[in-house]
Amino acid sequence: MSAVKYTRDHEWVKVEGNIATVGITDFAVQELGDLVYVELPVIGDEVRAGERLAAVESVKAASDVFAPVSGEVVEANEALEDEAGLLNESPMDEAWIARIEMNDPKELDALMDRAEYDEFVKEASH
Amino acid sequence: MLELRKTPLYEAHVEAGGRIVDFGGWALPVQYTSILEEHRAVRERAGLFDVSHMGEIHLTGPDAMAFIQHLVTNDCSQMQVHQIVYSPMCYADGGVVDDILIYRIGDDDYWLVVNASNTDKDYDWISGNASGYDVTVRNISAQVAQIAIQGPSAQTILQKNTSCDLDSIKFFWCQPETTVAGRKCLLSRTGYTGEDGFEIYCKPEDARHIWDALLESGKADGLTPAGLGARDSLRFEAALPLYGHEISQDISPLQGNLGFFVKLGKSEFIGREALAAQKEHGLTSRVVGLELAGRGVPREGYPVMAADQQIGRITSGMFSPTFNKGLAMALISTEHARPGTELAIDIRGKAVPATVIKTPFYKKAYRKE
Repeated sequence: MSAVKYTRDHEWVKVEGNIATVGITDFAVQELGDLVYVELPVIGDEVRAGERLAAVESVKAASDVFAPVSGEVVEANEALEDEAGLLNESPMDEAWIARIEMNDPKELDALMDRAEYDEFVKEASH
Repeated sequence: MLELRKTPLYEAHVEAGGRIVDFGGWALPVQYTSILEEHRAVRERAGLFDVSHMGEIHLTGPDAMAFIQHLVTNDCSQMQVHQIVYSPMCYADGGVVDDILIYRIGDDDYWLVVNASNTDKDYDWISGNASGYDVTVRNISAQVAQIAIQGPSAQTILQKNTSCDLDSIKFFWCQPETTVAGRKCLLSRTGYTGEDGFEIYCKPEDARHIWDALLESGKADGLTPAGLGARDSLRFEAALPLYGHEISQDISPLQGNLGFFVKLGKSEFIGREALAAQKEHGLTSRVVGLELAGRGVPREGYPVMAADQQIGRITSGMFSPTFNKGLAMALISTEHARPGTELAIDIRGKAVPATVIKTPFYKKAYRKE
């Protein structure tokens, strides 16, 4: 498995072969507070990098989750439909949101590694 | 960036790890640990809220009661000393200036407790309408801090900190001359959560001492500090209106389900003719409760649909922590307002089924004996 990559919208991507598993970061979850609902993408949908993939809702507000890469949605984490709170417990692992079969793995090159993301978060919160 | 105003408890919130947000120009905590946990604490045990941002306007003088009767839609003529009345305060066209609590402190001595973001507007409105009345209007908001202790254990905890017999303060009554944790304050059995509880008005310099004393002595009973997030979700479940949402300059108290607090039998008050006309001709739209049948979370501003036609919009909506489902209050056309009516909410372009239901969603647990 390759290293985890990060977007400026606080999504993470883990890649295995041609499949990208997507979620939202620990930092994002901490900012959002208690998550109460996740609107999952529809399997079979084509998404483009930067487009809305899903939505996560805290008690206070709804936030969009954007597709970090282009491709076809091949799986969605249905466990989140009944237990959005899983996002608060395990945002980087169990609470992945969707899997995308990538059209263009080169898109990954535009994303950040963890050190870059941490730096980005640090700057953004100043 | 504008400097946010701080309440006397700002440092306490920061020390407790509160997440500070800009709330109408005030730096206040939206949560300390978790909105859901703070919400449940208030429903099951007790929560402590800093509501020092609320405004207080002091009315004194021989015409104070007559002036209040002119200003507000409710009938205050039977108010006794130490009693409290809730009322909308309207413009001549029936739109709402604010919804307020009126405290009768003494014979000719009243406090009007107003929404924080409306304080200056209310003060201007009230003083601007005072001509011809022998009354003095003062904005004393900066001299008053306010703490709310709410929940089934609120009285037990507060009683440990005051010599005032709390059983003697009935629902919507106050005791203006007492102490909490040795500091002077006014106590009232009021709140904005749908639970039993008290509000404590004190001097700003005493707020921290009272706050710390209550938190310390309330530990054993599970008292937790609670932020604005829980304050909103608690008032929402109890269907208590929030100015700017269920009532506003454009949404009259009759539309906002506050008809009980509009006494058209009163001989005169600002807005009476307009509200009487609304009642006579029937309302074209009013606020109802909606329960989402499908999945998702209804949010303020989302369109409410009947057969692909927009018939209203959500005024407040959220995932209810108590009921574990999406609930909303919405201003919709009256013809669709009957409980049981099947409608839909447009959530990000998707029509999610919803049913009109009676409010409040949460049956208020006030002590009214």
